[in-house]
Amino acid sequence: MKNIIEYVWLVPLFPLAGFLINGLLRNSLSKSLTGIIGSGSILASFIVSILIFLDVKAGIDGPVIVTLFDFISFQDVSIPFAFQVDQLSSLFLLIITGIGFLIHVYSVAYMHEENSSHFARYFAYLNLFVFSMLLLVLGSNYVIMFIGWEGVGLCSYLLIGYWFKNIEYSNAARKAFVMNRIGDLGFLLAVFWLIGRIGTVNFSEVFSKVDTLSSLDLTAITMLLFIGATGKSAQIPLYTWLPDAMAGPTPVSALIHAATMVTAGIYMIARSNILYTMAPTTQTVVMVVGLGTALLAATIALKQNDIKKVLAYSTVSQLGYMFIALGVGAYTGAVFHVMTHAFFKALLFLGAGSVIHAMHHEQDIRNMGGLSKKLKTTHLTFLVGCLAIAGIIPFSGFFSKDEILAAAFMKSPIVWALAAIGALMTAFYMFRLYAMTFLGKFRGTSEQEHHLHESPPAMTIPLVILAVLSFAGGLVGIPEVLMPDSHSLAKFLEPVFAESNRISVPHHPDHTTELLLMFGLMAVIAVVIFWAVGKYKKYEKSGEENTGFARILENKWYVDEIYEALIIRPVNAFGKMLGKFDNFGIDWVVNGVGRSVQYASRQIRLLQSGQVGSYVLLMVIGMIVLFALQVFLKK
Amino acid sequence: MNDLLIIMKQELLLTLIIFVLLTLKIAKDMDNGAFLNLVNLLLAINFVVGFLGGMEGMLFNEMYHTNSLIILEKNILNLGTLIISLQSWSWLKDHKHVAEFYILLLCTLLGMFFMISAGNLLMFYLGLELSTIPLAAIANFDLAKRKSSEAAMKLIISSAFSSGLLLFGISLVYGSTGTLGFAGIAASYSADPMQLFAFVLLLAGFGFKISAVPFHLWTADVYEGAPVAVTSYLSVISKGAILFVLVPVLYTVFKPIAESWYNMLYLLSVVTIIVGNLFAIRQENFKRFLAFSSIAQVGFILVGITGSSSAGSSAVVYFVLIYIFSNLAAFGVVSFVSATTGREGISDYKGFYKTNPVLSWVLAIGLFSLAGVPPTAGFFGKFFLLLAGAGKGNYILLTIAALNMIISLYYYLRIVKAIFMDSNDHPIEKLSVPVFPKLALYLCMAGIVFTGFVRYVYDYIQSLSIGF
Repeated sequence: MKNIIEYVWLVPLFPLAGFLINGLLRNSLSKSLTGIIGSGSILASFIVSILIFLDVKAGIDGPVIVTLFDFISFQDVSIPFAFQVDQLSSLFLLIITGIGFLIHVYSVAYMHEENSSHFARYFAYLNLFVFSMLLLVLGSNYVIMFIGWEGVGLCSYLLIGYWFKNIEYSNAARKAFVMNRIGDLGFLLAVFWLIGRIGTVNFSEVFSKVDTLSSLDLTAITMLLFIGATGKSAQIPLYTWLPDAMAGPTPVSALIHAATMVTAGIYMIARSNILYTMAPTTQTVVMVVGLGTALLAATIALKQNDIKKVLAYSTVSQLGYMFIALGVGAYTGAVFHVMTHAFFKALLFLGAGSVIHAMHHEQDIRNMGGLSKKLKTTHLTFLVGCLAIAGIIPFSGFFSKDEILAAAFMKSPIVWALAAIGALMTAFYMFRLYAMTFLGKFRGTSEQEHHLHESPPAMTIPLVILAVLSFAGGLVGIPEVLMPDSHSLAKFLEPVFAESNRISVPHHPDHTTELLLMFGLMAVIAVVIFWAVGKYKKYEKSGEENTGFARILENKWYVDEIYEALIIRPVNAFGKMLGKFDNFGIDWVVNGVGRSVQYASRQIRLLQSGQVGSYVLLMVIGMIVLFALQVFLKK
Repeated sequence: MNDLLIIMKQELLLTLIIFVLLTLKIAKDMDNGAFLNLVNLLLAINFVVGFLGGMEGMLFNEMYHTNSLIILEKNILNLGTLIISLQSWSWLKDHKHVAEFYILLLCTLLGMFFMISAGNLLMFYLGLELSTIPLAAIANFDLAKRKSSEAAMKLIISSAFSSGLLLFGISLVYGSTGTLGFAGIAASYSADPMQLFAFVLLLAGFGFKISAVPFHLWTADVYEGAPVAVTSYLSVISKGAILFVLVPVLYTVFKPIAESWYNMLYLLSVVTIIVGNLFAIRQENFKRFLAFSSIAQVGFILVGITGSSSAGSSAVVYFVLIYIFSNLAAFGVVSFVSATTGREGISDYKGFYKTNPVLSWVLAIGLFSLAGVPPTAGFFGKFFLLLAGAGKGNYILLTIAALNMIISLYYYLRIVKAIFMDSNDHPIEKLSVPVFPKLALYLCMAGIVFTGFVRYVYDYIQSLSIGF
């Protein structure tokens, strides 16, 4: 019997089939059938992914490449359409299909108000999204990865602008697309650079030929790839699309933030870890950008009042942590945080969706409060999510964040200190959000209060499952200092990062320092949580506006406005100028060419006189010219 | 004896069909519908049998030879003839002389087969004449139209002239080499002035048949005057057949003077592309337009031939195959519309999409493929032609060809725009297409998709063209 890994193409095939069925038959399928096809296809992928994961876990010798067909081959560059299964990709398969499945199930209930054609369109996009992400993760070379990379960009555009009749939403979709495209250009240039220098884009060959690249090449390639990553994974300076991306339906936000899309950049860098390890300059840049993003987004999140915006900025901030980890060479830590973050961020977004659902599309937390009484399941699961993201032991976020912080400490205590401040802010804004939403008394209209209800089981069951994962998911990576030899994730991923770890051996702080930092920080986080909860549980609406620094934060450091003034307006002005040049310069030339062709055409028609005699004459002249040409050339 | 039957099976079968039709015509009066059914059935059988059990070989002192590539080329011509026959159903069903039409038509096809298989200049000449003279007769088949007779007259006069050129060339070749066999000529040909002059005469004869500029002027008048079926046959099948001969003749028989003919072909292809395009731009009659655009297409084929390699040969065969499908898709719609409504102007097609969406798409896809827009097959056809032409490293020629592709895009898309976007107060009314023409259009569509997307087709042709 063939190994199940050989059938890995089934994993992306199911969502693709789901996309085609739902997309093409969207006018004739009933809603329940659409939901079953949409969710069922992801479930099927999930089951195959589990089998593949178990196989990989049982042990494989290096990555398994499954070639489907020759995709592009010209001269000596050959790019196969092939999938690569190893520890890293099989883990991502589980995250994508597992969480993706829960979000699909949740969506069936969340989107029930849409009519069946739009409902099917939604599920078609969702399936395509998962398909693209799977392609991205499974590709055995940068080109296949790029196809998936573009695919998720396209799907995010389609889904963020799902309610396209709202101009603001479709603008948000466009913004996401443009920001992503800027990053994609970096990715593409890196791929071209690779082909130009070593003539291959297959991971295995690139990584084995890495020694032949000069350090300038390596730095350029890794920097360009990183630019791609800042687009997809929402880092400075391209992060601004992610908070706007909440314009899409809430489960879409969950999918973008947790299972797909934003983790693409992390995955790509983790996949290319050898290149990055060999390019220390880029690593420093990655770390600095990650740190900057983590802090910037955290400060913005402090003053946001939209439940989804707070979560969106927290995602940006958490992604910053993952980039810090990549920058200091703690690849396992980054992947670990991707995993735990996927659990608790999916949980938080779906919980927020449940709240929004109950509040009839109210998203402003100033109008909420006291929801814990009515939304019991949502409340408890949301609390679990908050504790996990804040990093309270033994919730999952604790372990992954701790691993990143420990690695940062070994790089420099200053990095650790800044990252720790970010962690404190995370705890603060998350519990501010929690307290304003669920504690205190209800501040919305009485009509909203009347209709408050817990969501249907299709929505709460995914919440419970995700809560369990958010609680226990960290146990696969218990640090050495707490329980020796129990970081099973690190052991599992070891082959993927072996080469990098050999080149730059990871250091661990000594045990006393690590324990001190760990529990010291947690104690402060606990204090911050009590402070935030105490402060915001008695929150009252007041007319006064924020002033000073708080106002800057509320307006997100005016980054969008700065981009507007520095980039968008000059580009528009430049565009107008080119437009003028086009009208007067280029059009004139083009029209001139057209006119002269038309003129020549008019003149040459005179040859066509209708007289056979003149035809024959021209033939004879033609022959003489041909013969003369020969004789003339001979001389 | 058995070998002879198998090697010549395509010619023999065709002769048999011709005799069957002749006997039928003499023996009894059949009604047109039944006769057309029978003919199309026979042509379909003829096409299918072409694929069965062929054999390579030489006959009659190397007068006649055949190989796998030649068999394929004959099959391609068979297919084209079948499609044209299906398309002409609406025109022929009320015609008084259907049997004569088919007898003459199949005679020309038979002539082409002998011409392609010729191993000797005399055989080649006989085949060529057999493929030309009956054509002049069927060009006159719109008996009531004066223009049709004019077309026939012009065709017969100009081809008589070109035959004269060919014969003069052949006699000079014989005089200087002492042989008419291809192998003998190849062995002893050189670039002395007399032999060069003989070659120029032969090339002019070829140029006339494929309507390369400046030997093309008869084309427009004949194409416009002749019935659409004959026009499409002339511009697709008979051109394709000559191209099928031209390539091996240039590549093997006149290999000793390759440098000379390369220069001539270079000049011819440039002039042909440019003039063909300039003519096509301003045409208002759809048939005339297709005729002139087919001149420009020949120019592109000549670019591929200049590559003088097996890639050149396979690119030409591949392109002719695609060209048959694309051009016949366009001709099919035009011939059907012209037969049912009598309207042939390009401006008549404004708003065609509103009334006949399916036909519009067929026409548009055919035009896209002719223009070489990806992902239609025409794109791949032109791509391989230019690639073969690039083998010689003559980038001036390629640049000219590429620029002219852009110009050709303009006039092809202009029609597509008229069909889809322009409004018209008196659009062509809604037409219902009978079974046979519909089948022909489906065949063309399938061909455009299949030859473009299935790599196997090109690989197969290439595997047969290794010999050069």
